[in-house]
Amino acid sequence: MVNTAEAPAGVEGPGFFATSLDKVVGLARKHSIWPLPFATSCCGIEFMATMASTYDMARFGAERPSFSPRQADLLMVMGTIAKKMGPVLRQVYEQMAEPRWVIAVGACASSGGIFDTYSVLQGIDKIIPVDVYVPGCPPRPEQILDGLMRIQDLVENEPTRRRDSPEYKALLASYGIQ
Amino acid sequence: MFTITVKRESILELMNFLYRENDLAFTFLTDLTGVHFPHPNDELGVVYHLHNLPSNFRLRIKTFFPKSDPQINSLTSLFASANFMERETYDFFGIIFLGHPNLKRILNVDDLGYFPMRKEYALEDPTRTDKDDTMFGRG
Repeated sequence: MVNTAEAPAGVEGPGFFATSLDKVVGLARKHSIWPLPFATSCCGIEFMATMASTYDMARFGAERPSFSPRQADLLMVMGTIAKKMGPVLRQVYEQMAEPRWVIAVGACASSGGIFDTYSVLQGIDKIIPVDVYVPGCPPRPEQILDGLMRIQDLVENEPTRRRDSPEYKALLASYGIQ
Repeated sequence: MFTITVKRESILELMNFLYRENDLAFTFLTDLTGVHFPHPNDELGVVYHLHNLPSNFRLRIKTFFPKSDPQINSLTSLFASANFMERETYDFFGIIFLGHPNLKRILNVDDLGYFPMRKEYALEDPTRTDKDDTMFGRG
């Protein structure tokens, strides 16, 4: 079964259709997100179910999990990130090309979860900016898919110039990136 | 299990004796770990587990010293396996193993700045800045 994406709002007439570039780019990006799974624990197991045939994340255009950050659009962090893992995660994020999005799956990636301790990073947003948080310990595949759809909403509606804006640069600067 | 407590000054000599003496032959260091007893004397300790493989006999050796002077001889000259275990014990308890070839942190981040398994920290550290209480409804 093939689902056709809805055309964005625009001006339609005989033989032409006009809309803004933002909307076309957003539409294309939304349905071709290449995720990079960064799975460290049980949330990663749930992600494997999300990726597999029953839940089939590929339905959303995320057909190709990229295991190289260079070609990935979406960093999916699933699981406990120890403080020692922090610099590695940050390096992976820095290697991704713009535009890039980040989803924190599960309580540990979002806030440290039950690991309220000296060796665990208390949420990945301490070191990299996060776009969507998925709650749960671990979240069910439906929740991860919902998180992916929220990312799709962000991707669809993102202005093409957002990544050049001073707000975005200030956000990265606040994390000491670039 | 037989347990003996010895002075730290004699640990290397004792281990050598237990290792070399043919009737004893404790040639396998099963485990080595640290311990901290804050009361009554604020002492750190090192616990060694030895194993005689031919007779399957195990021996536990403990040694204690004040936290203010956390030094003991390394066993790396006798057991190669002591290398990583002593690094771990240093990492978590801050015990200095004299004569260790590469005594640096092994599990924690290098700039941790303290020894986390010592029993000298408040249960909930009010000065911590990395915990976001709003996530837990207690902010």
